[in-house]
Amino acid sequence: MATTGILLVLFLYVHMAGNLKIFFGATPFDHYAHWLRTIGEPLLPQQWYLWIQRTVLTVAVIGHIAAATILARRARRARPVRYAHRPKVQGSYAARTMRWGGVIILLFVVYHILDLTTGTLNPVGSPGHPYANVVADFAPHRWYVTLFYALAVVAVGAHLRHGIFSAARTLGQRGARGEHVARVTALVLSIVLVAGFLSVPFAVITGLVN
Amino acid sequence: MNLKLRVWRQHGPDESGRMVTYAVEGISPDASFLEMLDVLNEKLILDGEDPIAFDHDCREGICGMCGMMINGVAHGPERATTTCQLHMRHFADGDTIDVEPWRAAAFPVVKDLVVDRGAFDRIIQAGGYITAPTGAAPDAHATPVPKPDADAAFEAATCIGCGACVAACPNGSAMLFTAAKVGHLGLLPQGQPERGARVLNMVAAQDDAGFGGCTNAGECTTVCPKGIPLTLIGRLNSDYRKALRKS
Repeated sequence: MATTGILLVLFLYVHMAGNLKIFFGATPFDHYAHWLRTIGEPLLPQQWYLWIQRTVLTVAVIGHIAAATILARRARRARPVRYAHRPKVQGSYAARTMRWGGVIILLFVVYHILDLTTGTLNPVGSPGHPYANVVADFAPHRWYVTLFYALAVVAVGAHLRHGIFSAARTLGQRGARGEHVARVTALVLSIVLVAGFLSVPFAVITGLVN
Repeated sequence: MNLKLRVWRQHGPDESGRMVTYAVEGISPDASFLEMLDVLNEKLILDGEDPIAFDHDCREGICGMCGMMINGVAHGPERATTTCQLHMRHFADGDTIDVEPWRAAAFPVVKDLVVDRGAFDRIIQAGGYITAPTGAAPDAHATPVPKPDADAAFEAATCIGCGACVAACPNGSAMLFTAAKVGHLGLLPQGQPERGARVLNMVAAQDDAGFGGCTNAGECTTVCPKGIPLTLIGRLNSDYRKALRKS
């Protein structure tokens, strides 16, 4: 859970940093997207790095889901008779929604790939022009896409708020001060990530990026 | 105080149970929760009914025998308090109170509110002790222990094994219990020789008993009557990883 999660968080941060290139304009953003396909050249043939990364991420996602499924099934088996009276779990909202939040994120990732990687669900869907695709995606009349995107990004933030702390604990973080640091770090990293990802649709809606 | 109690009644381990409603009248606000149940049981006995079975022993908050879900919270609404130390003044006159046994596959219900916590004993048997020659008690200063270590070990050692952590955990995990025992011995010099084997064996026994896995939700430490800190789970994970690498 922790190892695969950390890999995915690292990817999300790189992904977010790449997204922010959109504020430099269409040409730098499209050029950045093209550059991603040339990483590792000439050692690696074109797009090979990208496919290696996609494979690693897919394995991480599958591992993450498999571990979560094992935990959920064990939890179900460990309490066959439910409580008649059970107030909401007192821990954080984030900790409570890890499983269903994860499902929402997975559904979003599927949509997101079909939208901006393959272009299948994108109104423009032009392979070499991600800038145009993004701008078309978040057009004001497609508010529901923006809403879904925002919800999914906030779900990721909530997921990481508990996830990053939980990963630290799983990997052996064991001091009281360290716990405080881990919790604050998780919160800050989640907020920065959510802000970074939401800045793009925000910029498109407000016309900063068009 | 007059209260309405809804209590889980189950005649035996293999029988199905249900919530039964009782009216309890004339309870002193200074009575403990268990004394309130005693009053109800006396009435049930006089009425020729089967009294409610519940575990209790010291009634001073140190033995870990008493324990029940009160309105869905292990040991009731007061923090760091066992059921026997919970007083009725924390409830309002006319309240409806739901009382249920710990719910966990590893803690089967024996009768009513009594559960079999033998699974905890099996975790202890797997390594929750120090294999040392017995004999006269050694001098207290024979093995120096740094004060911070002694304090941390003592904090972990205050676990009374009541099972509230398991009852409260959304995953039905016994991680806080095991972590308290592993941490208690692992912090002291006497616990070092068997530190690796202890954590591996105790976690294996815990998993074999049918407890769930830990997701660091932190419910356990919230309801723990002894306030065992969640950080001990990190210590267990750290010890486990190191032991796994060496084995």
